[in-house]
Amino acid sequence: MAEVQFRFRDDEPVADPAVTVDSFAAQSNAAAVRLEPGDDAALLIPHLERLRLVEVAFPVWTDGRGYSSARTLREAGYTGELRAVGDVLIDQLGQMRRCGFDSFAPEHELDADDAAASFARWDNVYQATGDGRKPIWALRHPA
Amino acid sequence: MYRYDQYDQQMVDTRVAEFRDQTRRRLDGHLSEDQFRPLRLMNGLYLQLHAYMLRVAVPYGTLSSAQMRMLGDIADKYDRGYGHFTTRQNIQYNWIKLEDAPDILADLASVEMHAIQTSGNCIRNISSDQYAGAAADELVDPRPYAELLRQWSSFHPEFLALPRKFKIAVIASETDRAAMLLHDIGIRIVRNDAGEIGAAFYVGGGMGRTPMIAPLIRDFVPLDQLITYAEACLRVYNRHGRRDNKYKARIKILVHEMGKAEYTRQVEAEFAHLLSQDIEPPLAELARIKAQFADPAYETGLADEIDLANPAFARWVASNTHAHKAPGYAIAVVSLKPVGGIPGDASADQIRLMADLARDYSFDELRVTHAQNIVYPHVRKADLFALWQKLNAAGLATANLDQIGDIIACPGLDYCSLANARSIPVAQKISERFAANGKAEDIGELKLKISGCINACGHHHAGHIGILGVDRKGTENYQLLLGGSEGADCSLGTITGPGFGEDGIVDAVEKATDVYLARRESGERFLDTYRRIGMQPFKEAIYAKESVDG
Repeated sequence: MAEVQFRFRDDEPVADPAVTVDSFAAQSNAAAVRLEPGDDAALLIPHLERLRLVEVAFPVWTDGRGYSSARTLREAGYTGELRAVGDVLIDQLGQMRRCGFDSFAPEHELDADDAAASFARWDNVYQATGDGRKPIWALRHPA
Repeated sequence: MYRYDQYDQQMVDTRVAEFRDQTRRRLDGHLSEDQFRPLRLMNGLYLQLHAYMLRVAVPYGTLSSAQMRMLGDIADKYDRGYGHFTTRQNIQYNWIKLEDAPDILADLASVEMHAIQTSGNCIRNISSDQYAGAAADELVDPRPYAELLRQWSSFHPEFLALPRKFKIAVIASETDRAAMLLHDIGIRIVRNDAGEIGAAFYVGGGMGRTPMIAPLIRDFVPLDQLITYAEACLRVYNRHGRRDNKYKARIKILVHEMGKAEYTRQVEAEFAHLLSQDIEPPLAELARIKAQFADPAYETGLADEIDLANPAFARWVASNTHAHKAPGYAIAVVSLKPVGGIPGDASADQIRLMADLARDYSFDELRVTHAQNIVYPHVRKADLFALWQKLNAAGLATANLDQIGDIIACPGLDYCSLANARSIPVAQKISERFAANGKAEDIGELKLKISGCINACGHHHAGHIGILGVDRKGTENYQLLLGGSEGADCSLGTITGPGFGEDGIVDAVEKATDVYLARRESGERFLDTYRRIGMQPFKEAIYAKESVDG
């Protein structure tokens, strides 16, 4: 089980192991769930109230379905921990943050300096992705 | 044309720093080649047969003379003194060293250019009509919409690991000069019955192994929902596009297998949801971009007459110029298809000369076409002769636009690690054959396209005549297709029958054109005659046994 290496939250991490989407549907008290790339994140939307941790699996980083899963949950109002797990690499950290991930459990520990540089790379962004950052078009046209 | 502001400049500068850092980590061994490959691809850097190839983005094919000059300088400084203009309206350099790549990107950034997302499984450089802003037949200039989409798609965090590459084209005229229907998303800017401007979305076209013409999925998206709708199209694809087989991973396969109706239903549902997420730039942003594509200061009162006393010039005017919307002006096209040359190649000196001529004769602007030629969009008709003389002196005045010698060809087995057969020598032989037999001008418009493998980078499915190079038991073999078109009358070519060797394919092409010359009716192009009389007469002529040797 990969360790959480980066976490951008102040609350206590959930201790419960994350269960599969199928088991989650069957267990009315589970607070942590794990989404595989093919799972439909929208199925969790009716249960956001009791969810405190969603792990999104990246078996290979080139499978980008997890990015859409993350945004779907954040757009639905999920505020709990959203953790990227698996083939999580330096050069994807920034874009994962932008899609709403706030914790990271890479399969192999990442170089801390390179990771810090990756998180801090982009001063500005072109798109609104619900992560609270003002896109460049909003800076150009202040409301 | 569009100029970067501080934000755009900062984005490309940051990208240069990021890639410099990634290259350092690769060279010092922190990144494996497997990990590095997708990162360098996202910056247009391919490892080819002999060296790295760098593909530089030319958004919607538009360049200033300063940008064009830099492309020439890069060819000299980092490559072997030439560059190759591509069917994506981009330019590629074929002999790049990995350790130079960050410096090249820095040079590009100094003239507001980049190689961002010119390869990899992401949204690629957005293409458009090469006559945008100048053509007499357009509704509006499509490039502001392409620029809005460029910014949206650049580093879009959700769509950097798509199932496969993703190509978008934007046009705004009935005539389709950008092969819009053969893109993952084709957008046509339209006016609705209420007189409002909006966008029609065609999704799921493409060439490659399984060519498909994109179906219309929505006939009108209001301009203040354009980005939101595109995002919905991409999200459904990112979620459901196939990832089990890279040859079935393009969106055309998803739309085909899921069905247009179901794909559209899911896009509309996602779109309805995303409308509540405030992801759309305000119309003020579109207005800001549009202002930068304002018409240049055309002179008024210019004459439309051109002195055609020089016969070579007259031929060039007849084939290589196009109607302009402003009186007294013309669009002039430089054919990068000299007889026996490599389609799309230009030397560093030619590139710099083309840059200078844009400054002197075309309001500082050039375009790259998907047919691998260069356009001067705004030339005073009175200047055409002077422009032609200077091009002619540099070997750039071949008068063959849209004729059989104006061949689209992929780099083929001479450069490409995916190719099964060479494309360039076949293109050279065909252009030499038709230069020698003198038939090209009589034949008129005939779009011939050659791919060196089924990935179809040479658009062979969409050629009036298409040629596909395959490997048959270790020897190069060429299949012939007839009847394709990339235009508004989009169609896919049909294979004539068994393939040919390198010389046989040239003979077969000539036989096909002879059938056309014998059977055409007044005003018909090759394609029209083919559509009227069908494959059979062509097949009979192409595969007829020679009476001499049985």
